[in-house]
Amino acid sequence: MLKNKKLFLTRIKQQLGEKILSFTIRQPNETEIVVKKDQLAEVCRFLCQEKEGRLFTMVGSDEREFAGSFVLYYVFSFDETQQFITVKTMTPEEDSTFPSLAAEFPALNWYEREVKDLLGLRPQGHPDLRPLILHGDWPEEIHPLRKEFDVSQNAPRVKSRESFMQYEGDEVTEIPVGPIHAGIIEPGHFRFGAVGDTVLYLDARLFFTHRGLEKASEGMPLSKALFLAERICGVCALSHAVSFAQAVEAAAAVEIPLRAKYLRTLFLELERLYNHIGDVGNICAGFGFAVGVSQGTILREELLMLNERIAGHRYLRGIVDLGGVRFDIAHPDYADILSTLNKIEIGFTELVDILLSHDIAVDRMSKTGILTLKQANDLEVVGVAARASGRNIDIRRDQPYAAYDKVSFTVPVYTEGDVLARIRVRIDEVFQSISIIRQIFIQMPTGDVSVGLPPISPYARGMGWVESSKGETVHWLMTGPNETVERYRVRSATYSNWPAVALAVPGNIVPDFPLINKSFELCYACCDR
Amino acid sequence: MSEQKDSDLEIKLQQRIKEVLGKSLHIRHVDSGSCNACDFEMNALSNPIYDIQRFGVDFVPSPRHADMLLVTGGVTRHLEEAVRKTYNAAANPKIVLAVGTCACGGGMAGQTYAGNGGVDKILPVAVYIPGCPPRPQALLEGILRALDQYEDRGESNES
Ligand code: SF4
Repeated sequence: MLKNKKLFLTRIKQQLGEKILSFTIRQPNETEIVVKKDQLAEVCRFLCQEKEGRLFTMVGSDEREFAGSFVLYYVFSFDETQQFITVKTMTPEEDSTFPSLAAEFPALNWYEREVKDLLGLRPQGHPDLRPLILHGDWPEEIHPLRKEFDVSQNAPRVKSRESFMQYEGDEVTEIPVGPIHAGIIEPGHFRFGAVGDTVLYLDARLFFTHRGLEKASEGMPLSKALFLAERICGVCALSHAVSFAQAVEAAAAVEIPLRAKYLRTLFLELERLYNHIGDVGNICAGFGFAVGVSQGTILREELLMLNERIAGHRYLRGIVDLGGVRFDIAHPDYADILSTLNKIEIGFTELVDILLSHDIAVDRMSKTGILTLKQANDLEVVGVAARASGRNIDIRRDQPYAAYDKVSFTVPVYTEGDVLARIRVRIDEVFQSISIIRQIFIQMPTGDVSVGLPPISPYARGMGWVESSKGETVHWLMTGPNETVERYRVRSATYSNWPAVALAVPGNIVPDFPLINKSFELCYACCDR
Repeated sequence: MSEQKDSDLEIKLQQRIKEVLGKSLHIRHVDSGSCNACDFEMNALSNPIYDIQRFGVDFVPSPRHADMLLVTGGVTRHLEEAVRKTYNAAANPKIVLAVGTCACGGGMAGQTYAGNGGVDKILPVAVYIPGCPPRPQALLEGILRALDQYEDRGESNES
């Protein structure tokens, strides 16, 4: 394997030859390629098309103070060889533009618009330059992620630049919904262009819950930023905490104790369980299947109560420490977890049996909200939605972290790409999670649960990632002086997947939108930050 | 599931709703930019385990039907207008509860270019329910306190 990796990298270096400025192996699993802006497209195309890299995240960073320019990082994951390659390019303040690759790589559409909003760098040739993170009444010339901008600075509201899809002809009705919805759900604004009952086009305006968390983290001690990371999202709290801790540990080049790895794995699977089971119940709400909804919420609540008994927090906050976890668990906890899971397994099996043997329920889910494999690949869709459309990725297996390389599990993949496939992926994964947790209790060694961190030098970089219940979540971190945050970029699963919802809805009837939306089950808080 | 006995808190809640409102209590939730955990705890109140409906509490789909607004999150810049509109749409007398640390005073995010750092920067808040997120029981306690204030206001409205 090691030889393979070396060979893989050497070939890439040779093939790129003169096109790149430098080629550095920064960490055993991360290589950095520096390119001039005009070579960016060609190098990225080469890595994606010929080497089968997939876009992992893209980060813009204001490094004028210590490096003299703005910097863009495009990170690609090579699952086969378990490598990451970062393509880095610089843009000076005088020429604050960069070539847009969005037309060729649709997955970059949002990243590039985000860089434009927050850093004021213009992606040249971008097909859709509407504001994204900052809404239309934010002044166009103010960019919060520039270092001279103070986090608590308030900007005046200007005339809105928001615009939506325009329709011609009398047949199309426009249906606006939100941002505040009828149920207890997160805010977003949707505009359906519908002909009769059928959706022609879905335009969405998101980022209502944008709280400026990345900016707020800048200058924060790393130990405090961990608490901020946990609060990006409620139901992905642990995934974010682990991702952030992994990013810090990577920057510090620290290996955490094996027992801590197992404990993180245990809690991550408990997080997946309450989410997946809750989501299966919730999808039932999309077609008024009350028994499924009730059973789902009961099982979910039992898991939240378990979390509180074991970890002291229903949403698993306060568990992760930089360098490990904050506390150990003992035998009474093992017994509690295992017996609760036995009960959950029985209850969930019953729920699944009722649901999947109910013809009307299955009929509502099948062929509803189809996302094709091509669409999923083009948009670099992740998580449950990817696996339901035949895209066989799971970062637990493909780039293992915590103790995922020590336990065995299968990754369910379906090809239909509809609501039914997405619910089936979750159902299969629930049983896999229970099996992983049982393996943990057989294998977990005794020992310490955390190590101290060595001093971390300024401008060190690290990346952490977790397959949350929604999909792959990536935290990119650069440290500042005195162990603080210099730049922190969070790319959640929802960020990758929302654009796919807009593709899965057209052609379906308006009343199926809640069902399709729930089957993706995206967190706006994760996405908006 | 074995049948659970109602807790003292729950019994008191049921009594006070009858005394103060003489009908059921209608609550409208408003997410003003939360991390969603506060909202999920509010959701949990309606699950079959807490089953808050049996005490005469209903989460309603429109602010026009609401006696009480439970606001989560610290009011982001992008939701400020929607929060104000929701408040204005609710009929008088109405009462606002700030649910969770973010709603009470900004929480970890604090006041940023993108967020106001607390519901009371935008709306008059009657009851603050701390916690990150507050547990379902804390929500019940907060609703009880809000009922006391609701009663006082009702009387002063009449006189
Ligand atoms: S108080 Fe805590 S749980 Fe509630 S919205 Fe804020 S961060 Fe989330």
